[in-house]
Amino acid sequence: MTTAPTERTERSERTGRGRRARETEGAALNVFSHAFLVVWVVLAAGPLVWVAVTAFRSSGDILSDPLGLPSTLHWENFSNAWTEAKIGRYALNSLVILAGSLTGTMLLGSMAAYVIARFTFPGNRFIFLLFAGGMMFPVILALVPLFTIMDNLSLLDTRHGLMIAYIAYSLPFTTFFLTSFFRTLPTGVQEAAMVDGASHTRTFFQIMLPMAKPGLVSIGIFNFLGQWNQYLLPLLLNNESEDNYVLPQGLASLAVSQGYRGDWGALFAGLTIAMLPVLVVYAVFQRQVQAGLTAGALK
Amino acid sequence: MKTAKPAESPPSTTARAAAGGTRAPSGLLLLSVLLPPRFTPERVKRDRRYRTLDKYRFIAGFLALPLAFYAVFVISPFLQAIYYSFTDWDGGATADFVGLDNYRKLWNDDRFWDSAKTSVSLLVAAPVITLSLGIFFAYMITAGGRHRRGQAVAGVVGSSFYKVVYFFPQVLSIAIVAVVWMRVFSTRSGLLNGSLGAVGLDGLEKPWLGGDYNLALFATLTVLCWSFVGFYVVLFSAAMGAIPRDLYEAALLDGAGRATTFFKVTLPLIWDTVRTGWIYMGIQALDAFAIVLVMVPDHALKVTPVFLYQRFREGQFGYATAIGVVLLVFSVVFSLIIMRVGNRDRIEY
Repeated sequence: MTTAPTERTERSERTGRGRRARETEGAALNVFSHAFLVVWVVLAAGPLVWVAVTAFRSSGDILSDPLGLPSTLHWENFSNAWTEAKIGRYALNSLVILAGSLTGTMLLGSMAAYVIARFTFPGNRFIFLLFAGGMMFPVILALVPLFTIMDNLSLLDTRHGLMIAYIAYSLPFTTFFLTSFFRTLPTGVQEAAMVDGASHTRTFFQIMLPMAKPGLVSIGIFNFLGQWNQYLLPLLLNNESEDNYVLPQGLASLAVSQGYRGDWGALFAGLTIAMLPVLVVYAVFQRQVQAGLTAGALK
Repeated sequence: MKTAKPAESPPSTTARAAAGGTRAPSGLLLLSVLLPPRFTPERVKRDRRYRTLDKYRFIAGFLALPLAFYAVFVISPFLQAIYYSFTDWDGGATADFVGLDNYRKLWNDDRFWDSAKTSVSLLVAAPVITLSLGIFFAYMITAGGRHRRGQAVAGVVGSSFYKVVYFFPQVLSIAIVAVVWMRVFSTRSGLLNGSLGAVGLDGLEKPWLGGDYNLALFATLTVLCWSFVGFYVVLFSAAMGAIPRDLYEAALLDGAGRATTFFKVTLPLIWDTVRTGWIYMGIQALDAFAIVLVMVPDHALKVTPVFLYQRFREGQFGYATAIGVVLLVFSVVFSLIIMRVGNRDRIEY
């Protein structure tokens, strides 16, 4: 009778103390973890912010003090970068190529994936594994033969040639990803469309593609970033005329040439112009981008 | 109106099965397969043979172009690369089979060994550093928060903000990242030396990309890790978020501290993801092509892919493909080692 309450108070005291200890530990860890996390925020974003700020400074100022803030906003850096350093032209090249290659990748990738996911035919499994296996090849190994194949087909240093290369090298992951996506869609709708007399092609374009939209968006963003940022393929296949460079290529060569010319302001402005659209796309679609790109690693 | 044409109402399952038996004339069938579906007469559509042919026509039509692109521009270059590595091909019309000559030449080529030494250093160091940082920050994000009532672990406030910022480098082109860091490492007007000077650490200011091998290796490693840490933070915090809360509560009730919880609960449960991430990062480190080609001066340091690229530009096509094959072997061996080393019993939860 008398022991029971004491026991209870003891226990409540103990848990009370335990919780308080946990709370202080939690609070300490909380401060500690925020401190570390903020350090990496500075390290990750610092160089990019520095580039954006420096883009508004004159070349002379940049050389004398790399850390300073712009005294006046040198907007002319941006116009210099856009016209004289040809960033505008490179951006246009990137855009044109991306328009073709992204459309092609999504169209061909979803066509192949749909057939592999939804139809039984001899060789189905083999074709799926053929695409899946392609994700593991390092592109650098294909470098030399790819160059000569493109040369023999007169596709070297042409826009459509580069588009085709982008499409071909995006197909393995796109097909792989969309195949598993199409498999998750309900079969009933497809059957109903067929029963209603729709052809296979029409079922695909008017019924299945709209249903696959979430998957198409994820893989579309993934391919958008991958193809917009591509460096090795254009370096190999689109290297003849500077006027045809895509953005990453153009900036890499600008980094060298502006060194001779000494127009650092234009280089920083060019970098800012090149980074901005991608960061905006990322900011808008951040959840899908994070999901899409990390899914790419776990192939 | 509807009753006037009963044959065209959507057939039920039994009606379809019965309709499968109707046979259309073979000539008409053949014609229908060759023409677009909208010209196909109704009675041919109900023929089972037509439906099979129609299915295969569709499959072939949809697969033809993707497979052709893939075979011509991806599969065939890989197979050719392996073949050409045994030839003395210089880009001309003929390529003579020379057996293992390219590989023998590679074995005796000091420039190759120098580049391989650098690549292997990156292969060993970059995954360890990047993954450690990634796991550390991911744990801080998912478990470093203030305790809320009844929760064993809690994420920090603003976890999605951290993840968004950390992920920035990952969405940029690696060539652009290389140009940014080229300016950061600039000796006279770079962010790094400028910052070191500003906090009074002038002694640490270095000509980072001035031609010294060790400094260049440090710079390359920094850029590699910087680009990928955010990626792994997102990857690992997703994996950690999937661990059920009651496991943490059980550990806490058993008196486990933060460190014990991390090493005994969190790490084993995300181990599969860590291993996959390790292989992926190793392959990135083995490549490092754009970073080194764009950022690092040629005389300071080379990685094997850059060495390959330069041989290709010189027209030593056979030799270059042999280097590519060696790189492939490297990455396969590395992947197998990590799979073997990291092989633990899979934990289901």
